[in-house]
Amino acid sequence: MSSEGQLNITKSVIIRNNSIYVDGNIIYEYFKNDNFLNDSYESLDNNYPKFYKMDVLGKLGMLATHLLLKDSDIENHLPSDVGIVLSNSNSSLDADIRYFDSVKSFPSPALFVYTLPNIVTGEISIRYKLKGENAFFISQQFDADWLHFYISHLFQNNKINACIGGWIESIDSDHDVCLFLTERKERKNGINFTPENLNNIYGLGVDVSNIKH
Amino acid sequence: MDKQELMQRLKEQIIKQLKLEGTKPESIGDHDPLFVEGLGLDSIDALELIVLLQQEYKIKLNNAEQGQEVFRSVSTMADFIMERQAKQV
Amino acid sequence: MSQKVYIAGVGIISAIGNNVGENLASLKDGNAGMQQMERLQSVHKDKLPVAEVSLSNDELCSQLKLPNHISRSALLSTVAAKEAISNSGIDIHKWRTGFISATSVGGMDKTENFFTEFLADHQNGDLKNVVNHECGAVTEITADHLGIRDFVTTVSTACSSSANSIFLAARLIRQGFLDVVVAGGTDSLTKFTLNGFNTLMILDSQYCQPFDENRRGLNLGEGAGYLVLVSEKVAESMDQKPEIALSGWCNANDAHHQTASSPDGTGNYLAMKGALKKADLKPADIDYINLHGTGTNNNDIAEGTAIKNLFEGNYPPVSSTKSFTGHTLGASGAIEAVYSVLAIREGLIFPNLRFETQMKELPFAPVTELQHKELRNVMSNSFGFGGNCSSLIFSKVIG
Repeated sequence: MSSEGQLNITKSVIIRNNSIYVDGNIIYEYFKNDNFLNDSYESLDNNYPKFYKMDVLGKLGMLATHLLLKDSDIENHLPSDVGIVLSNSNSSLDADIRYFDSVKSFPSPALFVYTLPNIVTGEISIRYKLKGENAFFISQQFDADWLHFYISHLFQNNKINACIGGWIESIDSDHDVCLFLTERKERKNGINFTPENLNNIYGLGVDVSNIKH
Repeated sequence: MDKQELMQRLKEQIIKQLKLEGTKPESIGDHDPLFVEGLGLDSIDALELIVLLQQEYKIKLNNAEQGQEVFRSVSTMADFIMERQAKQV
Repeated sequence: MSQKVYIAGVGIISAIGNNVGENLASLKDGNAGMQQMERLQSVHKDKLPVAEVSLSNDELCSQLKLPNHISRSALLSTVAAKEAISNSGIDIHKWRTGFISATSVGGMDKTENFFTEFLADHQNGDLKNVVNHECGAVTEITADHLGIRDFVTTVSTACSSSANSIFLAARLIRQGFLDVVVAGGTDSLTKFTLNGFNTLMILDSQYCQPFDENRRGLNLGEGAGYLVLVSEKVAESMDQKPEIALSGWCNANDAHHQTASSPDGTGNYLAMKGALKKADLKPADIDYINLHGTGTNNNDIAEGTAIKNLFEGNYPPVSSTKSFTGHTLGASGAIEAVYSVLAIREGLIFPNLRFETQMKELPFAPVTELQHKELRNVMSNSFGFGGNCSSLIFSKVIG
């Protein structure tokens, strides 16, 4: 990246074990078990009624992106200058099962539309009016090297100015989300965009939750 | 069931089927447009309303275009249901 | 100037043929692949025509010598990827070789059974075990069978997935990361997708009529397609240097709706425009567009409007080969990429079957008869749910 200048991770959001962390600091904890997604949305965001219609991946994506972009002035970029690169290991499994279950009584179109993992990238694009490149990869685990390679390439070759990247997974209400914002510009608390730092960010939530529970 | 009762029931069913959290039945006017302006519903919501008609009222629409007329408002939906039910008797 | 990425081989299996030769013959003869459901067991059997691959799972397994618990998507993938490699004549083990595959339904044909058990009794299955049936597993099975280990990944961006896997291959080659990449996608027909598309009310109960004023929807299909993409260095080492390169590509988001395209096809327009820019071509340089052309009301007007706006005054011949194969979802981008390569190689423009009535909003109509013509640059469009829009350009390499 030397010729293009250093890229920066300017914010990160982790959602795990019914807790939400921004830049490694816990900002929301939930002690009940029934309605984490809707309750956290209502206390942190609450400005996008379409949230309630989404599947779990969509809701997680909305929550995490809202926190990621809150003070980012992302709207100052051209729509095509912002990319989205997400990944997980189970595709849209949670939505697949819910839709499959609905078929017994009546197949639901609103559930079916979420049976693709990249619908969450579409939902983020719609809400924030982003028209840059979108990618969704299925990999066994959070792959910092791959995300770093792919996102760096988009900055170099597609001349994007910002990218929402990371991991977004949920099975049986067990959420594992790690989204980060990569930008050309430097910001307070920003760190270098490197695979090592991505691994640190992804691992941080695990450490904290291990201590806590 | 008269039209008033049917419209009340429809409003509750629409809120449930379309997951319109935070919307109260009384806040939906009988003649309010359901799509775009009004409740801001989209084409997937229209398909869910088609499911609702089929599940709750055993009325089948054959194509999505037909929905555009029927789903203009709660009142047009109620008229359509009553008309179809009258035919079935 | 960036180094060229050449197409060294192609492989395909679809409802119109089990290999490249059979597919080409059907395209030339105008033989469509849709008919009444035979393999898929569904309540819609008599109502919704589909485009099924003629080989059964047993036949595919015995052809490949693979065990019969493997999902149909993985079997179709393996057949087509193997053909692409043998068609290229390259010894992939001599080079740094990658496998990039795309799928939207993954091993759903096998997973459906698990879901039934799981939903009946949650104790009966651990959801995490289902991983083996999911999208990534389909790719791993084929990669193992081909013996590709240097780089393997799975793209899942709905109906543009396999177009995306193809340009990702080109990127990895241009970056000097890999020498050879087998890239494409696969999807098999399942009740899951059939019922789902049926709830969206976009399936045609007759044979689909893409880009027709009276179009009614799409027919689902199944299949797999793969390209072998190689670096300049690999191309130079071949007995006969490949004559076709992937020259342009672009992916953009429509940012409009989960499943519907924006009325003027903003994402489609951005993808086609970006691909032209990448290839350093003008709209007038495109000799043929293989349309996404699903046959739904929404897709065809959005795609048509985007073409109208971008190609104003220079409308190239266009056709949708989904009128032959049905919509093969995650495989469609790669299947149509194979057809685009064949179009250049053979000097052919394939017809858009069953076209009758000009769309009143558009100033152009699709090609209805097979045309013989020298083609230099062919564009292939693939647009997916989630607003994911991709466009590829294949070019004849001159000199």
